[in-house]
Amino acid sequence: MSDTTPKKAPFSMQIDPALFEPATAEEKKQQEVMSESTTFLKDSMKKLMRNPLAVFSIVVLAFILIVIIVAPLVVPYGYSEILKYNGMKDKTAMNLAPFQYSANEQKYMAENGVTLFPHIFGTDELSRDYFIRVVYGTRVSLAVGFFASLIVLVIGVLYGSISGYCGGRVDLIMMRIVDVIYSLPDMLVIILLSVVLKELLDGSKGIIARLGTNMVSIFIVFGMLYWVGMARLVRGQILSVKENEYVLAAKSIGTSSPRIIRRHILPNCLSVIIITTALQIPSAIFTESFLSFIGLGVAAPMPSLGSLANAARQGMQSYPYKLMFPALMICLIVLALNLLGDGLRDALDPKLRK
Amino acid sequence: MSEKILDVRNLHTSFTTDAGEVRAVNGVSFNLEEGKSLGIVGESGSGKSVTAYSILQILTDNGRVTDGEILFKGENILKYTPAQMRQFRGKKCSIIFQDPMTSLNPTFTIGNQLMEAILLHTDRNKEQARERAEEMLNLVGVNEPKRRLKQYPHELSGGMRQRIMIAMALASEPDILIADEPTTALDVTIQAQILELMQELQKKIGMAIIMVTHDLGVIAGMCDEIIVMYGGRVCERGSAEDIFYGPAHEYTKGLLRSIPSVSTKYEKLIPIAGTPINLLNMPKGCAFCSRCDSALKICLDQVPEEQLVSPGHYASCWLNVKKQAEEAGEAQA
Amino acid sequence: MSDTKPLVDVRDLKEYFPIHTGWGRTLPLKAVDGVSFTIKPGETLGLVGESGCGKTTVGRTLLHLYKPTGGEFYFDGELVTEKNMPSLRKQMQMVFQDPYSSLNPRMTVEDIIGEPLDVHHLYSGRAERREKILSLMETVGLNAEHATRYAHEFSGGQRQRIGIARALAVNPRFIVCDEPVSALDVSIQAQVVNMFEDLREKLGVAYLFIAHDLLIVHHISDRIAVMYLGRIVEIADANELNNNPIHPYSISLLSAVPIPDPRIARSKQRIIPEGEIPSPLHKPSGCAFRTRCPYATERCAAECPELTERSDGHLVACFNK
Repeated sequence: MSDTTPKKAPFSMQIDPALFEPATAEEKKQQEVMSESTTFLKDSMKKLMRNPLAVFSIVVLAFILIVIIVAPLVVPYGYSEILKYNGMKDKTAMNLAPFQYSANEQKYMAENGVTLFPHIFGTDELSRDYFIRVVYGTRVSLAVGFFASLIVLVIGVLYGSISGYCGGRVDLIMMRIVDVIYSLPDMLVIILLSVVLKELLDGSKGIIARLGTNMVSIFIVFGMLYWVGMARLVRGQILSVKENEYVLAAKSIGTSSPRIIRRHILPNCLSVIIITTALQIPSAIFTESFLSFIGLGVAAPMPSLGSLANAARQGMQSYPYKLMFPALMICLIVLALNLLGDGLRDALDPKLRK
Repeated sequence: MSEKILDVRNLHTSFTTDAGEVRAVNGVSFNLEEGKSLGIVGESGSGKSVTAYSILQILTDNGRVTDGEILFKGENILKYTPAQMRQFRGKKCSIIFQDPMTSLNPTFTIGNQLMEAILLHTDRNKEQARERAEEMLNLVGVNEPKRRLKQYPHELSGGMRQRIMIAMALASEPDILIADEPTTALDVTIQAQILELMQELQKKIGMAIIMVTHDLGVIAGMCDEIIVMYGGRVCERGSAEDIFYGPAHEYTKGLLRSIPSVSTKYEKLIPIAGTPINLLNMPKGCAFCSRCDSALKICLDQVPEEQLVSPGHYASCWLNVKKQAEEAGEAQA
Repeated sequence: MSDTKPLVDVRDLKEYFPIHTGWGRTLPLKAVDGVSFTIKPGETLGLVGESGCGKTTVGRTLLHLYKPTGGEFYFDGELVTEKNMPSLRKQMQMVFQDPYSSLNPRMTVEDIIGEPLDVHHLYSGRAERREKILSLMETVGLNAEHATRYAHEFSGGQRQRIGIARALAVNPRFIVCDEPVSALDVSIQAQVVNMFEDLREKLGVAYLFIAHDLLIVHHISDRIAVMYLGRIVEIADANELNNNPIHPYSISLLSAVPIPDPRIARSKQRIIPEGEIPSPLHKPSGCAFRTRCPYATERCAAECPELTERSDGHLVACFNK
């Protein structure tokens, strides 16, 4: 090796002898600092908050949530309430443009010197306030998305973890059942179910009647068909987590199987479950909207974003904004949830960590 | 003295990560002579692999060389265009990796991949390339080369795959072969076979080898020159004899003390205390100071410069400065 | 020496894994094929061999992490069965190879070390549990402040200490160490090896020390067993095996060890067996090593050599040496 960096001992250098005293253990210890303790969750949240798209989605979703909770308390119109004037249907209030008052309302305001609450999105062809209908439609769509995902989550995680942990023959049989369910055409099942359910449930009251048989069949279909994706995912995840040595270590200690699933396996599958659920919600909303759009959704007069879009289709040429509002809402919710799901995946997936 | 083929000067490489900037290599200098073998030894996180990857510019997306020069036959390869760099990687300098399974594409046959390497880097036609591929397999001691060329990577054992990797790396007759932990994933008897093969090939072909490893045993038998790295810096460099028989850096000394040998069966090992360095939390002074038994106050504050210990043997340790200063003081008195 | 009763007495242990070859047919993979050895209280038996020789499987089968296919295992004179295994787990423990994957990333150090205490109900209150955990952490040289941290915040060596503390929590008399230092940096290996030795002196535990690094195994073990394709080919006192290996495989294994000394390394004559280890699915008949053995004869193909005693405690399974 030749001398590229010829550094002779610096004899000429003025050396401070104090610097060449042995360092104390104390001083050395100060050099070894362990980095700040973080838990997995804290770390993930920090990462999520650094993702601008995810933060944007959270803000959008929070805004939508606040609006759909607060708006019905503030806006003096009901979702099925037909605007009336002197006890009669206000015929001049049909298909108003956003922020427009009907002739009767203008007259009323001029007479009494009061300002009525504006029709922010205008009104529909039955003289109903369109804004409140969109708000209720969003409520229904979000609720459907959320509860459908919840059903998928519960069934999928239970089924998948049993199949994955037991393995062997149990796993084989359970997964073949999943394969069969996977091959059923979901739309056909929904249509058939709603026909059957309509007869079964006709005459019943309460929440089922208000949502309509179509809605119930949507939930049943989600519960019956859509959990398979989640179950497969959870099973795959468990199979890979099971291979970790800490599961083997727990077994060698003598830990019981339920405790192993609870303490060692499920916590390490959590991120996959959270991400999938977050991405399941927009897909459920989309399905619901689609079904409502083709007329298999909630029962009138209860609105959903899909049925609103369907109703607006008829007057599309004269009142394009009526299609725009629910469509925009669907886009916004689905996009925000998808972006949030992606953000969660980046934040939670340990494999992507640098 | 033979020709310097590679001259690395004050190399700095960093990575941007979520947790901040990681300076993996901090001012590494060394040179490699034609036909010699150089060993870079260090623990995980010492920057030994990053140094090798920096030479070939095959760092991950978040890493880049921030300072320094890498001179290949006098040319700074850090200033190369991407096209020149590709040329360099293929023809002048090849690399073999630790895991021969992941460095071969499982969807193509051995012959396919080997011939591609030959066609890319030499002017041969397909038929000549096939002949050359067989020749290469013979050279690296793979039996039945004709049959092997038609096999897929998964049909071969780890040792066989590593031989194929070596054949691919040598197909273009490079001047430098970088081996990044080439035997770590292999069993001892297979490791011995591969090391022997590399030594034989070096004698036959005459390329220079840079061997990156954590295994002092591997390096002792293979290398003429050794660089010991810790915390992204060179602790000590010199000939194998210098390093093993006259270590001049506290880390090297500790490392050599801590490996068991046949003769020390009934003695306690003398480990290096503490835990390996966290590159995100580099101390101000010498990277090794917190684990060093004889650390001085100055070690905590100032990074030691490289001093000449004996011809061709350099070490970066304040203790040497102290010793030399004391000797000089005595001489004066 | 042979007076003391063995703590661990393994006789003809077998572990076959069914390999599915399609259409419901299976082929037995004979990972461990008739292994016998004994370990006395406080003794360390090193088990060496190359990957795929079944050394890890031996350790895991002893702890019933895999159900043994055949053979008997007496622990302190008592035959180990499915039934008494749960209570025996308090006396036998395991330290794993990979300090990264052997600790649950979602648990704190305290909970990891505390898990065996929880499972076997070894404390009467929160305070006692905590006290026990802290004293275990002290035993393995961990800082008490680190109890609430997560495993991923530690370096490899510290993680291995956590793993050892977990194994020690139940006060075992026998610990299977499955390559406990091979994933660690050179400078840390010595720390962990020393700790194993200290624990043996202090607590009198016996080890089955599985590793492929012969230098470390030689350093820590009293006796060493060499495995090749599911069988023990040679078993002897550590120094005896090092100075006087008899089986051709042991000889080549020893000569292949890279010695960290340039002069020795350069002058060393290596006797490296030709070729590669056959797949354990298609083991050669008779002696499994015969395909690579320079001394192989027809007899080696026909029958499998048994371990025979050559000198005091030095057993070799070979016809020709």
